[in-house]
Amino acid sequence: MDIDLMLRVYPYFLEAAWVTIQLSVLTIVLGLICGMIGAAGRLSRFAILRFLAAAYVSFFRGTPALIQIFLLYFGGPQVGIQLDAFEAGVIGLGVNIGAYMTETMRGAIISIDKGQIEASRTLGLSKFETFRKVTLPQALRLMIRPLGVNINAQIKGTALVAAISVVELTYTAQRYIGSTYKPFEMFLIAGILYLIIITASGKVISYLDRRVRLQ
Amino acid sequence: MTDQTPFVEIRHAQKSYGDLEVLKDISLTVQRGEIVAIIGPSGSGKSTLLRAINDLDPLTGGEILLEGVQVNKTLPHRQYEKHINAMRQQIGMVFQHFNLFPHLNVRDNVTMAPKLLKGISSKEADKLAEEQLNHVGMLERIDYYPSQLSGGQKQRVAIARALAMQPKLMLFDEATSALDPELVEEVNLVMKKLAEEHMTMIIVTHEMDFAASVCDRVLFMDQGVVVEEGPPEKIFKNPDMDRTKEFLRKHLAGSK
Ligand SMILES: Nc1ncnc2c1ncn2[C@@H]1O[C@H](COP(=O)(O)OP(=O)(O)O)[C@@H](O)[C@H]1O
Ligand SMILES: [Mg+2]
Repeated sequence: MDIDLMLRVYPYFLEAAWVTIQLSVLTIVLGLICGMIGAAGRLSRFAILRFLAAAYVSFFRGTPALIQIFLLYFGGPQVGIQLDAFEAGVIGLGVNIGAYMTETMRGAIISIDKGQIEASRTLGLSKFETFRKVTLPQALRLMIRPLGVNINAQIKGTALVAAISVVELTYTAQRYIGSTYKPFEMFLIAGILYLIIITASGKVISYLDRRVRLQ
Repeated sequence: MTDQTPFVEIRHAQKSYGDLEVLKDISLTVQRGEIVAIIGPSGSGKSTLLRAINDLDPLTGGEILLEGVQVNKTLPHRQYEKHINAMRQQIGMVFQHFNLFPHLNVRDNVTMAPKLLKGISSKEADKLAEEQLNHVGMLERIDYYPSQLSGGQKQRVAIARALAMQPKLMLFDEATSALDPELVEEVNLVMKKLAEEHMTMIIVTHEMDFAASVCDRVLFMDQGVVVEEGPPEKIFKNPDMDRTKEFLRKHLAGSK
C-alpha cells in the first residue's frame, strides 16, 4: 500500500468530501421538504392529493435513482430543463429521497395512538389543532430514527452523481485512479471519508433522538 | 332553554356498523346534576352510546341534544367542525386508557386545551392547573410526565384535564377498568367528589358497588337496547327483567 501517495493526494479528497457534504445537506433538506409535502398529500382528506402523493412515492421508489438522475440531467434539456450537474444531482437525489421520507413521516404520523387524537378532539381541539399539538409533536419524536436511516442511505447515495461528473468523493477517487493506477489506495481514502461523514451524521441523529425521546 | 328542556336528551339513537346494529332506537333524558350509570355485558353498546353523545362515534340515526342544542348536526365540513368543537368543550370525557398526552407534563396536559381554546394567559393557566390538580389530589405531581405516574394517578390527571375546560357534562367510559384493584378507590373518590358537587355525569362502569353508592339512576343495556332503568336500589336489588337478573347474577358471581 502506497501510504506516501495517499498522504499526498488526500487534501484533494477533502475538497471532494466537502462537495459530498454539501450534496448531502442540500438533498436531505430538499428530501425533508418533499417528504413533508408528500406525507401531507398521502394523509389528505382529498382523494386527488392522496393519489398524486402515492404516484410520487411509487415512481421514485420504483425506479433506480440513477435513472432518475439521468432522466433529469441528460433528458431534461430535451424538454427545456437545463441544469448543471450539481443542480441535477441535488434535485434528482433530493426528490428521490423525499419519496422515502414521505413514507417514513406518514408511518410515524399514523402510528400515533387513536386514543390521543380522541382525547384531543374531545377537549374541543380542531383537527388541525390536534395535529399541531398532539399528533405531530409525538410523530416527530418517532420519526427521527427512521429518518436517520433515510439520511444514512442518502449520504451513500450521493456517490451516484459521480455518473454525471459531479466532483464529489467517488468521482474524485475514480479520477485519481486514472492518473495513479492505484485503485485500492484511492477508494480507501474515499471510503474512510464517507465513514467519517456518516458516523458524524449518525451521532447527530442519535443525540437528537435521545434529546426528544419520550421516557 | 326553558325549564322543561331536558339537560341531555337522546332521541331514537340508532347506530349500525354495516349489518351490525349496535344501538337500537335508544331514547333517554338526563337532568342537570343527575348521575347516571350504564351497566351491561361487554359488547352491549355502552361505549358506543357514550361516545355518540359527543359525536366521537356518530350515530347513524337519531339525535343527541345538550340543553336543547343538537350535538350531532349534519353540516358542511367547516361548519360542523366549528359546531362540534364548541359542543365538545362543554362535554368532558374520561377514557378507560387515560389517553394522557405523553409528550406533555401534567401541568401542560391540563392547560393545553384551555390555553388554546379559551385564550387564557400563562399565569391564569398555571392557577387553573394548580386548582384542578389540587382538586384531584395530584398537585405534587404537576411537573411529572405521564410515564412517571401510576394508572390511578394518570386517571386523576385525565379527570383534571377534562374539568379544566369547565364542562357541563362529564362522560366516563370504564374509567377504572384498566386499573390495578388497589388503585381503583382513589379514582372513585374523585368521582364521588364530583358527584357531591352536582356535576352531571354519565358513567359506564362494571363496578356495581360504585354505581349503587354514587348514581341516581342505573341503566342496564344489552344487545343495543336499554333493557331496564331505575334507581340503583331497584335495579340491583329487585330488577324486573330476567336479562337484568341474569347479568347481575353472573357479574356479581364473577367479581366476588
Ligand atoms: N368500529 C367498529 N366497527 C365495527 N363494530 C364495532 C366498532 N366499534 C364497536 N363495534 C361493535 O359494537 C358493539 C358494541 O360495542 P361497544 O359499544 O364497545 O360495547 P361495550 O362498550 O358495551 O362493551 C360490539 O359488538 C362491537 O364489536
Ligand atoms: Mg366499552
